[in-house]
Amino acid sequence: MITIKDVEHVALLARLELSDEEKQMYTKQLNAILEYAQMLNELNTDDIPPTAHVLPLKNVWREDEVGEHLPPEEVLANAPEREGQFFKVPRIV
Amino acid sequence: MTDYETIIGLEVHVELKTKSKIFCPSTTEFGGDPNTHVCPVCLGLPGVLPVLNKKVLEYAIRAALALNCEIAEYSKFDRKNYYYPDLPKNYQISQYDLPLARNGYLNIEVNGQTKRIGITRIHMEEDAGKLIHQGTIATSPYSLVDYNRTGVPLIEIVSEPDMRSPEEARAYLEKLKAIIQYTGVSDCKMEEGSLRCDANVSVRPRGSREFGTKTEIKNMNSFKALQRALAYEVERQIAVLQEGGRIVQETRTWDENKGITLPMRSKEEAHDYRYFPEPDLVPLVIDRQWVEEIRATLPELPDERRNRYIKHYDLPAYDATVLTATKEMADYFEECVALYPNAKAVSNWMMGDLSRLLNAHNMDITRCKVSPRQLTDMLKLMDRGTISGKIAKTVFEEMFATGKDPEQIVQEKGLVQITDEGAIAAVVEEVLAGNAKVVEDYLKGKDRAFGFLVGQVMKATRGKANPELVNRLLKEKLHSS
Repeated sequence: MITIKDVEHVALLARLELSDEEKQMYTKQLNAILEYAQMLNELNTDDIPPTAHVLPLKNVWREDEVGEHLPPEEVLANAPEREGQFFKVPRIV
Repeated sequence: MTDYETIIGLEVHVELKTKSKIFCPSTTEFGGDPNTHVCPVCLGLPGVLPVLNKKVLEYAIRAALALNCEIAEYSKFDRKNYYYPDLPKNYQISQYDLPLARNGYLNIEVNGQTKRIGITRIHMEEDAGKLIHQGTIATSPYSLVDYNRTGVPLIEIVSEPDMRSPEEARAYLEKLKAIIQYTGVSDCKMEEGSLRCDANVSVRPRGSREFGTKTEIKNMNSFKALQRALAYEVERQIAVLQEGGRIVQETRTWDENKGITLPMRSKEEAHDYRYFPEPDLVPLVIDRQWVEEIRATLPELPDERRNRYIKHYDLPAYDATVLTATKEMADYFEECVALYPNAKAVSNWMMGDLSRLLNAHNMDITRCKVSPRQLTDMLKLMDRGTISGKIAKTVFEEMFATGKDPEQIVQEKGLVQITDEGAIAAVVEEVLAGNAKVVEDYLKGKDRAFGFLVGQVMKATRGKANPELVNRLLKEKLHSS
């Protein structure tokens, strides 16, 4: 059972600011989602190995070669603030 | 008063020396203008997909094998979620429950005893970017971010809580560095951050089976800092307990200038990383044959090399340990003995004058101007009697400062040893004539007077007289007078 406390905790971790109504709404919705997923518990999974990935793929890799870099102007194009060639962000301690 | 036992475990991050980053083709080169070694993948732009650099996996396996680990058959990457601007994606790609390697160990020497320190696990992950602050992080009005280092491949090596003193922790880190350097997968430069170390420390009453509450210490940028920080933290914890207090589980930072550890402002709930499998990277099924191929290419590691030095070169265990502590030092030694067979003489000079000068100039041997050929040429000059051991020290300092050949220095400075009996005899006569009182003392049985007379002859020849000849001639003259 998801409580309002859980929603507040997850919201804090995700840096989301929620109003009281939103907290109520998400508590309800998250519970509904988990309840739906509960159906999986009805299946017998004794002989099924845990799934780490849904695609039937393994060992996809590249060779160690250096490619092109993005020009600084493009790198910083979406920076909310910049100083010289640095991204400028609020100090977080 | 209760006797306490110290428990230390280390988490060591090592940057792997690949050309490109772990999940994208940006360069891993150190430095560079800010935000020039980046591409859409390491910047975490929408729609990009990471692809594992095969060399990272190979290097990580190589390091893990050198540390006696078991390589997993099946391994995967996970997302470690946290909000901090050093990574632009708000998560770090790391490995959680299925790391690449487990159950390794390395051996350290403490007080002449070999002790095995367990390695719990080794996993691969991406490095974070660098935050730059004006002044200190506490007073800076904002952070500047450089993502050049973001995505540089790392392995994290987690030890068992097997170390019982700061000295053991230091020995472990030194040995770990040596082994990794030998494998060639990393430079392991603590000053450039390619080797970084965090420590978990706790104390418990001796005999107790349970662990005490631990603290995590960060920001130790040298072996010395590690040892000092741990020594401080152990004392601090014991003092708290003896006053009836309790240890708070927290992360503390080492303040090198003040010589103390300080609590870092705790990021509430920051340790709730909500790991989950990285959906953008597929699992790894590691081919056993490939692992064996990598194992077959492992070089001789420090312990083997040390044992070979003891057996083959007949060196004392202490010499062998010091000489093999870094690959560069050991390579230098072997280049020397290939040119000059007296291994103990080479060892003495390397551990003595060479190490002393390197330390004094805060240099490692790769930057030393004296080549193995030059060092051994100097030893040959001593053997031939061209220079005395005393003069050799002067010559060596000059070689170290200038990189000149020993012969050239001896010539330029007129340091050739005087072996001409007649020339020395003349000086001896002069000294005896000028020190009649001392001669009298000597003849009355004062042995120390002899040393004074030798000193006078050496002084008059500016240290160049052959010491054996001086001794012999002095004795002859004194006893014939």
